Amino acid sequence: MVLAPEEWEAVRLSLAVALRSVAFGLPPAVLAAWLLARGRFPGRALLDALVHLPLVMPPVVVGWLLLVTFGLRGPVGSLLDAWFGVRLVFTTAGASLATAVMSFPLIVRAVRLSLDAVDPGLEAAARTLGAGSLDRFATVTLPLIAPGILSGAITAFAAGLGEFGAVITFASNIPGETQTLPLAIYAATQTPGGEATAARLAAVSLALAVAGLLLADLAGRRLAVALGRPLR
Amino acid sequence: MLEVSLSHRFGGREGFRLDAGFTAPAPGVTAIFGPSGCGKSTLLLAVAGLLRPDEGRVALDGAVLLDSASGVAVPPERRRCGVVFQDARLFPHLSVETNLRYGARRAPQDATGPEFGEVVELLGIGALLGRRPGALSGGERQRVALGRALLSRPRLLLMDEPLAALDAPRRAEVLPFLARVRDRFRLPMLLVTHALDEVDRLADHLVLMEAGRVLAAGTVEALSARTDLPLLVGRRDAGAALACRVLGHEPARELTRLGFAGGELRVPLRAGVAGEAIRVRVRARDVSVALEEPRGLSVQNVLPATLLSVEAAGPHEAMLRLAVGEAVLLSRVTRDAVRRLGLRPGLPVWALVKSAAFGPDGEGG
Repeated sequence: MVLAPEEWEAVRLSLAVALRSVAFGLPPAVLAAWLLARGRFPGRALLDALVHLPLVMPPVVVGWLLLVTFGLRGPVGSLLDAWFGVRLVFTTAGASLATAVMSFPLIVRAVRLSLDAVDPGLEAAARTLGAGSLDRFATVTLPLIAPGILSGAITAFAAGLGEFGAVITFASNIPGETQTLPLAIYAATQTPGGEATAARLAAVSLALAVAGLLLADLAGRRLAVALGRPLR
Repeated sequence: MLEVSLSHRFGGREGFRLDAGFTAPAPGVTAIFGPSGCGKSTLLLAVAGLLRPDEGRVALDGAVLLDSASGVAVPPERRRCGVVFQDARLFPHLSVETNLRYGARRAPQDATGPEFGEVVELLGIGALLGRRPGALSGGERQRVALGRALLSRPRLLLMDEPLAALDAPRRAEVLPFLARVRDRFRLPMLLVTHALDEVDRLADHLVLMEAGRVLAAGTVEALSARTDLPLLVGRRDAGAALACRVLGHEPARELTRLGFAGGELRVPLRAGVAGEAIRVRVRARDVSVALEEPRGLSVQNVLPATLLSVEAAGPHEAMLRLAVGEAVLLSRVTRDAVRRLGLRPGLPVWALVKSAAFGPDGEGG
């Protein structure tokens, strides 16, 4: 299958945006999952709801909220612009941010599931052996939840390739800048004679999604074996 | 010396209440014995620091680990209490060797303790070092867990029913290793258990617990000869534990002679060099009494005794306390026997103990 240069550009941009969204979203997502699974603090239920909001809200609303917050006149966006000269609206970074917010709950859920499966007794044992809290997390908890983190990251990556509503609302549809695969497909369907382009990009999109899911499953299994846990 | 005094309430006013205190010699093995749900494991968790009691004090040889009155609560990672859990809790993603070294790496520089090679050799786990915990049997796991706790250079070793999750053959496999650890390393140890044979094999001191309270504490020998402790007396394997020394062997008769405070006992031939200290439990149901010295008996041990007391034990039986020299034996007989022989305190009798009741090494004490 041969793609036109601008079609390749959309594929490349999609991969870059999804990769960045995962890279920046992963650490806070693991932290949030850990707080939700192990933490006991006031406002835990609120955090839980907040984390899962992108899952149930229309993506366009998420994009709009981002626009209001991170826009040039928004409370955060104006400060970012004034202090660092960083502009998120209508940029690739902005597309990555919108994608990260949308896929955040996916990672949190996967990590939290694997955290719930970690026997707190192991952490207690590490404690009696002299390991402080960071030490325990790094040497016991983190390796044991690695399969969850990996599969969450891959799922988020695959989903991030296809994020549409939040991206187009917050970052707009600029070829080479914010026009990712789904946006390019949408643009193609709106253009007379763009059916072939739409079909090719849709095929690429489908292939990437399937590959991502298979990879997530495989990686999770491999890692579980490497960590000494028998497959169920 | 280890001083423990704890008070903790679970689940509100109606909930379970732990209110227990005892002192234990250090070094030495103290068994905390009681039925399940009596709070003995909770007590151990509080000593380890994994549970913060409402009130309490824990001090080891003067070093305060917990004192709620003065707000001291050393966190578990700095208490240096090695813990062997019932379920081993080995780290599944690390090899046996890395598991073993986990605590050692985190111990203070100036802490002393057994060396890696010594522990591996003592516990017979050299062949397992490269494996993952998932590939170990239950008994091997407990041995590795024991090694891991020992190698963390602990000041105190805590064992929470270390054999309870094992089947009988595995238990028999691991028990001697616990005895070896006790003999080789002069560590204070707390052993939570509900198995009397573990107490007999391992413990010097006994703390009896029931419903969150300490019923009695003392040496194993002293507590086992008391008839006012239903927790012990009510058991089918109740009986006096005797501190003995191996006097010698009679290979021709396939017997070993043991000396105790009340004289000599002949038991089936067992291992042990002359002078070695061992403890045997003379089960009350294996002891009969006679008013006159019997003749022509298969019973090997016929000891002159004085009846100290007669107490009801169960619906149709009685428990006799017999003074044999300096020692005390218990005997469980029917009430009918008590009436027929006219048994009453002060009566001189003969205590009859079958040798075969002691069984082979390690069984039945």
